[in-house]
Amino acid sequence: MTDAKIRIRNVSKVFNSQGRAVQALQDVNLDIQANEFITFVGASGCGKSTLLRSIGGLEQHSRGEILVDGRAIHGPGIDRAMVFQHYSLYPWLNVMQNIKFCRQLKVVADTVSSDSDIELASGRADALLSLMGLKAFSQAYPNQLSGGMQQRVAIARALMPKPATLLMDEPFGALDAQTREVMHDLIRHVHRLEKSTILFVTHDVEEAIYLGGRVVLMAPRPGRIDTIYDVPLPKERHQDMKLSPEFLGLKREILTRIRETSGMNTDLELLEQLTRSTSES
Amino acid sequence: MNAHNPLPQPETGLRPRRLSRWHIRGELPRSAQWSLAAAGLLLPLAIWWAYTAAGLGNPMFLPGPDAVLRRLGHWFQDEGLLTDIGISLYRVMSGFLFSALLALPIGLYIGTFRPVQAFLEPLTDFIRYMPAAAFIPLVMLWVGIDEGSKILIIFIGTFFQMVLMVAEDVRRVPMAQIEAAQTMGASRGEVIKLVILPSARPALLDTLRITCGWAWTYLVVAELVAASSGLGFAILKAQRFMQTDKIFAGILLIGVIGLLTDQGFRWIGRLAFPWLKR
Repeated sequence: MTDAKIRIRNVSKVFNSQGRAVQALQDVNLDIQANEFITFVGASGCGKSTLLRSIGGLEQHSRGEILVDGRAIHGPGIDRAMVFQHYSLYPWLNVMQNIKFCRQLKVVADTVSSDSDIELASGRADALLSLMGLKAFSQAYPNQLSGGMQQRVAIARALMPKPATLLMDEPFGALDAQTREVMHDLIRHVHRLEKSTILFVTHDVEEAIYLGGRVVLMAPRPGRIDTIYDVPLPKERHQDMKLSPEFLGLKREILTRIRETSGMNTDLELLEQLTRSTSES
Repeated sequence: MNAHNPLPQPETGLRPRRLSRWHIRGELPRSAQWSLAAAGLLLPLAIWWAYTAAGLGNPMFLPGPDAVLRRLGHWFQDEGLLTDIGISLYRVMSGFLFSALLALPIGLYIGTFRPVQAFLEPLTDFIRYMPAAAFIPLVMLWVGIDEGSKILIIFIGTFFQMVLMVAEDVRRVPMAQIEAAQTMGASRGEVIKLVILPSARPALLDTLRITCGWAWTYLVVAELVAASSGLGFAILKAQRFMQTDKIFAGILLIGVIGLLTDQGFRWIGRLAFPWLKR
């Protein structure tokens, strides 16, 4: 396991909230292989987003180390693109300009040396545009698009510099259920095609199982990894699998464990009270 | 181009039912909007005219619209109205442009970097509560009594507010826009140049529009300083000669010029930021 793409070693993070030290992450250890699709779920406050943002270099951990390709990371880098839940598109640029945004940046521009490179990059932008089904909308502004289309632009933009790792922080959290299903199959397709390593944070257990090869369940107070599940589904997924016994069994198992680890006692008491009152009446 | 392509609807012969105009945050047809706006402007004018025409008020204190108009014509022909407008416009715009020139970069730094914010924001907050008019004696002693002092008063009146508003505009750029650029490899300078500035542009123009209005309100104060021309000066001088009609004319003119600049800014915004159209 020495050739893991991303190695997370004893990572802890403490931050101050109103004068109180809060342990956001405690001794997180995880190896992620290249080309893995790994998903993270857990009750709110379990640190799944913090962990993802730390890997992206957007937040600093207090202790431990995160190695990408064997090197410790310092800050964000072009090899780890991030897709956010919303508000990340540039509203003053049209769809094509958004996708090509990274071409203005020095780190990207430096890799372009010849006309053929430029042509290649334009070809890639076009290819991503059609992959995301946005061909007809290349000149549209983001606020003329539906939520699902906006997220497709955000994914295409993140893929443009060919990042080895794609970090996705609840990217479909604001979309409706039907759009989400389409996006699930699309992102699986992207994973196959681009061969990137994908780390995907979500609060939706079904989404985590359907997309992931492994599902990492995290628990709050302090934020930590609780269990890692291997998803017992074939590599090729389709929507019907969501009704298979393996899928439903794992879903039940994870949901139960989330409830056990959430520590939301008042919420649980309320739930029990409701169950009792409905069974009485 | 639209995200949703609605299917062609069969003609039903039904018209969409309109909600009451008093529906909370409801909609108003364009024609109604224009006629209400016109009524809002013309009704006070009509009341003013009727009141004075009926001889209810003392024309010495409240001249009628006709007298004000006549005075305006006289001012235009014999008393150099255009010179007054020109010099006032020059003072207001110079003060406003100087403060914009400084407030934009300083506000950008306050809104982007915490140490700059910690260093400058309390000071700015403190100074902005000081009335610009109170600076007149100091300004006269330090700068003298020519154009510079008048421009400086307008600058003092607008700059400190403008800095804080610019900083707030910059802070409102969504963090996700900034972080997305960072994970694509953008440097600090690139984030500022390619994300923060373009993203804040519409809000910044709005801030300029609002503060330009404030600059005009400091005109009369600025022309208290040994002025010999200008709209504010004309208003002050008219008081000495009991020319209430001229006071009215001057105040209304400043209002009209302000309204025109405001519309100008809005027009620039519509032209420069086509993506804001829904």
